[in-house]
Amino acid sequence: MSTLADETQLSLRDVERFLYTEARLADEHDYDGWESLWTQDAVYWVPANGEGGDPAREMSVIYDNRSRIATRIRQLKTGRRYAQTPPSRTRRLLSNIEMQTDARRFGAEPVPASDVEVQANFLIVESRSAGMNFLAGRATYHLRPAAGEIRMSFKKVVLINNDRPLPTMSFLI
Amino acid sequence: MQATESATGTPYEHLVQRERVHGSLYTDEQIFAEELARIWYTTWVFVGHLSEVPQPNDYVRKNIGPQEVIMTRDRDGDIHLLLNRCAHRGSIICAEPRGNSSAFRCPYHGWTFRNTGKLLGYPFRQGYERTGPGLDLAEVPRVRSYQGFVFASLSPTGRSLEQHLGPAAAAELDRLAGLSPEGELILDCGWVTHQFGANWKLLFENDADGYHPQFAHQSIFSASHSPIGDLYTDRSPVVARDIGNGHSLRDMRPVYRSAHPLSWAAATESKLPDYVASMRARYGDEADQVLTDGPPNIMIFPNLAIMDIHISAFQPVAPNLSLQHVTAVQFKGAPDLNLRQLQQTVASVGPAGMFLADDAEMHERVQRGLAARQPEWVDVRRGLNREHTDDQGFTVSTVTDETGIRAFWREYLQLMTTGEMSAA
Repeated sequence: MSTLADETQLSLRDVERFLYTEARLADEHDYDGWESLWTQDAVYWVPANGEGGDPAREMSVIYDNRSRIATRIRQLKTGRRYAQTPPSRTRRLLSNIEMQTDARRFGAEPVPASDVEVQANFLIVESRSAGMNFLAGRATYHLRPAAGEIRMSFKKVVLINNDRPLPTMSFLI
Repeated sequence: MQATESATGTPYEHLVQRERVHGSLYTDEQIFAEELARIWYTTWVFVGHLSEVPQPNDYVRKNIGPQEVIMTRDRDGDIHLLLNRCAHRGSIICAEPRGNSSAFRCPYHGWTFRNTGKLLGYPFRQGYERTGPGLDLAEVPRVRSYQGFVFASLSPTGRSLEQHLGPAAAAELDRLAGLSPEGELILDCGWVTHQFGANWKLLFENDADGYHPQFAHQSIFSASHSPIGDLYTDRSPVVARDIGNGHSLRDMRPVYRSAHPLSWAAATESKLPDYVASMRARYGDEADQVLTDGPPNIMIFPNLAIMDIHISAFQPVAPNLSLQHVTAVQFKGAPDLNLRQLQQTVASVGPAGMFLADDAEMHERVQRGLAARQPEWVDVRRGLNREHTDDQGFTVSTVTDETGIRAFWREYLQLMTTGEMSAA
């Protein structure tokens, strides 16, 4: 992982490096590497039916705390997570990366003072035995500089078609 | 034509046998079309829940197989299922997934219909006879609910919903609602819709199948150190029960009754103190029994699965394409339990679910496997050697047996051959 020039101020370039690393680890099924990006207070959220309302009152596709992320990773690593056996081949493109500024917040979720809120558009192309899937949307990240590195405390993945039938997506989205 | 053949000549008596069913039942276009006509557009089909349209003039879009319907609650509180098709030129008339409106206006030519389906108005009236075109929205002829579950039959005649459910399935729905401190179920978390590249019957059979969990779901049992897997072995006291009319039950009570109250929720009284207090207020001395027995695990023919904490509804789209709509069971007056049920449901089901993603994978593998035309049959005989009849007259067996799958096929054959629903 890259080292930060400034402990507290993330540059757009720092953010890009982190997001590209996170995307590559997910695409390449580097489960341990991907899991190590998360903070202990992590929330990994893929809402259903829109931008995501109250995850304590509404169905989501994924709503994992840190412990459940660990379970998800353990399941993938059993080799018997059959929806990922063989693993999907995926590549994802990120673009339109924007950082929170003093004047502009993106999401409704509170951002800890230690974190920077970032958003990016994504396009994931997945090839699996059942065929090809194209998944697109916008993701929100809360990134936390710590000890010269960046960790992720929050990732929310809003698929543009999350109110419609969704194919199995058992890879790390 | 032989007497055992259907009107179109599909020999269902040959294709659906006691010990095996034919692979073409999952792949054939003609059979799929006949299933729509004789099952989906005839018998009682689960459509939605009253709690999805709680207020007068609420509406939500639903489906009966590939047909779109609008479930409305009119200003008097009555529930209607309207076919989502303008009576004029056929456009869908409601494009919003849900909302509140007393009327639907077709944007194509401006025809407006009340949420009862009645035609209210149409522009440029001089183009029609003084009596008007007299075209209302088509309405599903029979709509009934039980414990808030709304069922529809597109056939104006036939057995009643009560006869279709039968006393055993109705009692299980009562048991579910009884877990609410206010006696009421609410399905208000929205639905996640998971698309399967597989025939709809594979979805139903899978949820009636207690044989696969130890194998298909081994990864999550081991990753989560879950004891649930132990319920699906040959030594499990869980009972598979054919309760008639295609419905079946996995009766978990023998397990729950050997454990503490709330074991079905993987909880204890100390974790859900508010819920337990409300239940004691409602049930008094009986509360412990209710909290011990927990919710049912029941399949209701042809498209409803109540799997303890979550509910699935199946929807056929094509012979090799189905949708599974899933949501969490929520109880009126039980916010602490509801949160737990929602969290467990989201973890388990849907496209990324730690269970359902693997189920979907299995169904899609079966669908691809069935492209191979040999050995021609799919085997459903497991447990025939040890099934027996219980004191209520139901066929019961060990949880890993295919008793529930055979229950499904018996009703299927009845509907496909006679077009009439079997006696309750």
